[in-house]
Amino acid sequence: MSEQTLTQVPARRSSRLKNALDSDLIYSLRKSPLTMVAAVVTLVLVLSAVFAPWIAPQNPYDPSSLSIMDSFYPPAWEADGDPRFLLGTDDQGRGLLSTILYGMRTSLAVGFASVIFAMVLGVTLGLVAGYFGGKTDSIIMRIADVQLTFPAILIALLIDGVARGLAGSHAYDEIVFGVLILSIGLSFWVQYARTVRGSVIVEANKEYVLAARLIGLGPITIMFRHVLPNVLGPVLVIATINLALAIITEATLSFLGVGAPLTQPSLGTLIRVGNDFLFSGEWWITIFPGVTLAVLALAVNLLGDWLRDALNPKLR
Amino acid sequence: MGRKIAGARSLRAAIIAATAMTASVTGATAQEENTLRFAFQGTLNALDPYSLNETFTLGMLGNVYEGLTKRDEDLEIIPGLAESWEMLEPLHWRFHLREDVTFANGNPFTADDVIFSAERVRAENSDMKTRIPADSEWVKVDDHTVDVKLQTPNPILIAEWDTWYIMDKEWSEENGLTNPISARDTNPGEAAYMANGTGPFQIDSHEPGVKTIYTVNEDWWGEVEHNLDQVVFTPIASDATRVAALLSGDVDLIEPVPVQDISRVDSNPDTDVLTGPELRVIHLGFNQIRDELPTSDVEGENPFRDARVRKAFYQAINIDAIKTRVMRDLATPVPLLIANELFADSGEFERWPYDPDAAKELLAEAGYPDGFTVGMDCPNDRYVNDEAICQAVVSMLAGIGVNIDLNAQPKAQYFAKVLAPGGYDTDFFLLGWTPSSFDSWNVLTNLATCRDESGAGGPFNLGGYCNEEVDALAKDIVVETDIEKRDAMIKQAYEILTSETSHIPLHQQSLAWGKRSNVDIVQRSDNQVLFYWAQVH
Repeated sequence: MSEQTLTQVPARRSSRLKNALDSDLIYSLRKSPLTMVAAVVTLVLVLSAVFAPWIAPQNPYDPSSLSIMDSFYPPAWEADGDPRFLLGTDDQGRGLLSTILYGMRTSLAVGFASVIFAMVLGVTLGLVAGYFGGKTDSIIMRIADVQLTFPAILIALLIDGVARGLAGSHAYDEIVFGVLILSIGLSFWVQYARTVRGSVIVEANKEYVLAARLIGLGPITIMFRHVLPNVLGPVLVIATINLALAIITEATLSFLGVGAPLTQPSLGTLIRVGNDFLFSGEWWITIFPGVTLAVLALAVNLLGDWLRDALNPKLR
Repeated sequence: MGRKIAGARSLRAAIIAATAMTASVTGATAQEENTLRFAFQGTLNALDPYSLNETFTLGMLGNVYEGLTKRDEDLEIIPGLAESWEMLEPLHWRFHLREDVTFANGNPFTADDVIFSAERVRAENSDMKTRIPADSEWVKVDDHTVDVKLQTPNPILIAEWDTWYIMDKEWSEENGLTNPISARDTNPGEAAYMANGTGPFQIDSHEPGVKTIYTVNEDWWGEVEHNLDQVVFTPIASDATRVAALLSGDVDLIEPVPVQDISRVDSNPDTDVLTGPELRVIHLGFNQIRDELPTSDVEGENPFRDARVRKAFYQAINIDAIKTRVMRDLATPVPLLIANELFADSGEFERWPYDPDAAKELLAEAGYPDGFTVGMDCPNDRYVNDEAICQAVVSMLAGIGVNIDLNAQPKAQYFAKVLAPGGYDTDFFLLGWTPSSFDSWNVLTNLATCRDESGAGGPFNLGGYCNEEVDALAKDIVVETDIEKRDAMIKQAYEILTSETSHIPLHQQSLAWGKRSNVDIVQRSDNQVLFYWAQVH
């Protein structure tokens, strides 16, 4: 008996892996070379951001390692370049390659965290609205409607400005990333809530929900254990596409000077800094972070698009 | 409450930044014949001429208001609202006022307005208290004659009166402006955004942070030297956007041209750069009046009270790097708090050499071998590359183990925090100073004489540096009429300041205005932008 179990376990694992690889999702991924490229690019960028402290040649967040005399070096392949700085340096003498790696870390961290925040908030409110209906539904969905009439960036600016005023600028620097996550998350929850509410209303009348109710399960259990798994598909799609949006929103806020501080630049902060030097010919300060941001957003977006198509039964 | 409003302000600033491009485009559509469109990096806030002693604000208001004296293109004192004046006795001056002058609202200008303005400029919340001696007595002789009685002789009494603007008594009282508006007041009411002066222009509309429109005061008493019908002022904070607006013809005049873009603007056939030395000295200051620095991790003592710490900071700063890298050679490092041109013996002074090793030793001697943490306040839209200079200072000080929390913000918030109305709330700061009398006494008395917590004493001595010898010298300098003796005393005072490293003088920045080729304008080395010398062809 025990021998049998021992031999069975690896077999089951490999069959699970096999099942996963044979799944429709992976099949459609393999059928789309563009998505494969996007997935690889995303993976490489995310990994290099996560491991930035180990792979970056300098630490741009440590002011004692910077020298103003290193400022404005062009990329290493240009005549005046310095081999220490592959992509050149900015106005403070930070190596752009290192700064971009660290900046992408900031951008991605804020992006992921705000998407998760928006998703948790939106899904919860959507479940509640859809499941209970009536007044609860009206109140939540009218708030969502009102918020939808404002562009997300305005909401984010508003929250950021209020937080800055309340905290005072010194304290603000310490909580800036929290505020960024909060302001971006709060401006994106509506889509989740609307999608989930719609799906819940459809699901709520199905037999399995009625059955769950009949055996005396509470609404919270029914919502999260039974309804939620069945409406999660579209949520994943929104989350992926929103990740790209959140990264861009963070970059926009930082570009406007209300996001990541100059001492801990995100991609948007770097683009803003470089923007001041475009006319004078120091193009690399803004172009490299700009291209990185564009590639990152594009790759994530392509993944999101593919995910949407792959999970849509009508398109199969 | 005040903080919440400050938050709304910064939000507004952000939105303005986002719409700066649109704003400049709408400016272009409103163009009339002979409109001068001017863009500066910072905003023009309250129009109360006693709220903020800042060159840009005073210059912008100098197009609308006038003082008893004025200064010409070469900064020589010329008669303004006072036609002539005489010193009857050393302590008794008499001013004869111009008779044919009216304010923009039609009210006649009389001695009552002068006496009202003299009271108002010395009142609480005025940022201009040093313009006239606090204990002077002002007497109306007749409608167009005013006597000033002094307690101590003051040979340079009128030196700063070109920026002490005379306000209309009746109008001020009607509008609740009897007392100056504090620069810290973030919601000062409508009246703070109105102006009623005697000058060649009047303000048609003023939206702080958005747009200010000047029109010509047709009834001005003086001889008109400009050919403008209208001036539109727009703040454009972003360097690149400001330059782009000039290059594309959306604006006619910008200040400053970012140092990195000077050659680009100059080489464009439609635009020119006006450059010249500016009399402003950018310096760093230390809070020496507080017993403990709230932004520092040093507890129970104030490290900046130790002159060795201040000198260590000084020697840690590589001024040549700032000059060549941050300022692209458009700056002149200076050894004193005054421009080289303004003090004859400045050549005898030298800066402490850049020497990080010596700086580390000094810090260790003072008991901080591992450095410490302290916050720094810095404007980001006031001086040329102000924020970049502060960032460079942060990384240079990191080299001797000092960790700086940099707080760079727009000048409205910055000044409201660090100046007297904000309670001098700063531990370490960057400030620029142009003596409006172009004389050392102004520097000494404003920046280096003792002050108490309430600001009595050196009003712009933000850090509260205090040395009784310097105080005594400043008192003697102002009454001394013998130039040689006076210069010797000034020199002695500067020697004390240098040996104690009261401040860290950095450099004089260069003026850089960008203009369309069809605009002629006089660039004065005090960097006031005065439209009454502008011609549009």
